[in-house]
Amino acid sequence: MSERYAWSNFWLGLGGAVAAVVGVGIVSTFEWPDTESVQVGYRGNGMVQIYNQVSLANQVAQTSFPEPEPVIEPAGLVASEIYDNVQVLGHLDVSDFNRLMLAITTWVAPEEQGCLYCHAEGEELSSDSLYTKRVARRMIQMTMTVNQEWDQHVAPTGVTCYTCHRGQPVPDNIWFLDPGQWRTTGLVGNPAGQNMPATAAGLSSLPFDPFVTFLEEDPGSSIRVAGLEALPNGNRTSIKQTEWTYSLMMHMSTSLGVNCTFCHNSRAFSDWEQSPVQRTTAWHGIRMVSELNADYLNPLQNEYPAIRLGPTGDAPKANCATCHQGAYKPLYGYEMLVDYPSLAQYGPPELQDPPMAMPAATSQ
Amino acid sequence: MSMLSFEKKYRVRGGTLIGGDLFDFWVGPFYVGFFGVTTIFFSVLGTGLIVYGAAIGPTWNIWQISIDPPDLSYGLGFAPLKEGGLWQLITICALGAFGSWVGRQAEIARKLGMGYHVPVAFSVAVFAYFSLVVIRPVLLGAWGHGFPYGIFSHLDWVSNVGYQYLHFHYNPAHMIAVTFFFTTTLALSMHGGLVLSAANPPKNDRVVKTAEHENTYFRDIIGWSIGTLGIHRLGLFLALSAGFWSAVCIIISGPFWSRGWPEWWGWWLNLPIWS
Repeated sequence: MSERYAWSNFWLGLGGAVAAVVGVGIVSTFEWPDTESVQVGYRGNGMVQIYNQVSLANQVAQTSFPEPEPVIEPAGLVASEIYDNVQVLGHLDVSDFNRLMLAITTWVAPEEQGCLYCHAEGEELSSDSLYTKRVARRMIQMTMTVNQEWDQHVAPTGVTCYTCHRGQPVPDNIWFLDPGQWRTTGLVGNPAGQNMPATAAGLSSLPFDPFVTFLEEDPGSSIRVAGLEALPNGNRTSIKQTEWTYSLMMHMSTSLGVNCTFCHNSRAFSDWEQSPVQRTTAWHGIRMVSELNADYLNPLQNEYPAIRLGPTGDAPKANCATCHQGAYKPLYGYEMLVDYPSLAQYGPPELQDPPMAMPAATSQ
Repeated sequence: MSMLSFEKKYRVRGGTLIGGDLFDFWVGPFYVGFFGVTTIFFSVLGTGLIVYGAAIGPTWNIWQISIDPPDLSYGLGFAPLKEGGLWQLITICALGAFGSWVGRQAEIARKLGMGYHVPVAFSVAVFAYFSLVVIRPVLLGAWGHGFPYGIFSHLDWVSNVGYQYLHFHYNPAHMIAVTFFFTTTLALSMHGGLVLSAANPPKNDRVVKTAEHENTYFRDIIGWSIGTLGIHRLGLFLALSAGFWSAVCIIISGPFWSRGWPEWWGWWLNLPIWS
């Protein structure tokens, strides 16, 4: 008998030790209860953003908020009178122009290269020989477009180069076409990315690439999948289509560091009257990103060297995370455009050198 | 009032937890006791406050009446009566009434010399409610995190709080709780079926079978029977576990995890075995 007790004690002890190790391991995966809550809707409705103070502080600590460059006394001459080949910023006072060049250098160029990142060494400043300069020009136009045409998404904070670049030549959060070779195969495999945690979809096993459909092709076509009546009358949307929409929503949530109730009252996702105003802002944002990808980012494919292209040879593209980077407003609403009004709108085409047609105003 | 012959024997005075002989009597078939009085007090007051809240609210539609908790801005302080203060008073009344009911169950158990299984089991349900309206709000720093008292409004709250964590089905404690709920119903239906099959035999037989038949039935199927007492221990464990893990799953949502539940499983993806 005593031997039997000894064995049962052994197994109890072993089981207890394993349980203790696993228990400590699981507890360590959680957060310490120190939270900040933001109420979105009516009291008691559960529309609340809950932030962990420690995570939030870490996230903010990783964000740099650059001081504006000191303003230089206007010289009284516009840049196109002094410099050649100023196609986009020719209307700026030359002091303002140089100040913006300085700012862009700190926002985008690698520290060791500085001006030479875009202006080839030993060549005229006007030379367009480097792809970085040609891309930068297009990016400045894109920034102006965002501020001028998409105020319903970005006003009043606006965007600058820093909103995406954050001191790096290539922004952290860009996306490429996903060749999908890592898809699960075999019995649990599924061509839409089921049973495989998708980074784009907040580590849920939803479709892994909502971007091509919704942020590149036609955003208006198929995001809204909910029926408008209680009974399924005429709504032929499938579960699979719904999962693509959820994948995009997961991406938006992760990109902005917010939960679903930031934009939706979940009792009626589709009802605009019950939705917070942020949903309207996001609606414009989806269409803005789609247009920026189609008009500005994809067409630059031929400019880039191969190392800047994706695995299938496509140009880098933007999604919500490109600007937001985990914050409900990029840089938590820190305003930079107000210090660089030259990025807020296009200049008169006739003051550029050579005079050029600015990008056609696009419909929203 | 008529009384069954054996009832008188068990209507013993004493054994109260509080108040001594005060209220230690029966009204008709019901034992009163100190906790019976406090149950009535809190229930009537709380229900009256709900009716008052409905009266000053926008609707008498039974589905839409709602007593809402305060704005988060009131934190853990008192809110004005019409801006969540009613919810706070009603919550106190509800906890008072539920707690009194536990006390009344315990006193009756003591009078009868029984174990405390019933009050302990009911306490788990009270604990689940207490988690929702006290533990989690206190951990999050505002009474406004409690749920509203209304038929539709509390469902809206459940839905929105679920979507605060993007996909609540990834909540590990929710998974455990749901599993226990399903297992509880499975065990209850199997137990009910087994008892009926033995105690209510086919018409052409009419011989009531015993517990040994029940045991033998399960031994034949899976080689082992949990036994007549054991099945009730198992049932109690399964049911209480369901309620307990429900409470855990909402307490950890917010205070101990502020992001989407799918993301919590990152620890699994990052295990050194395959990452």
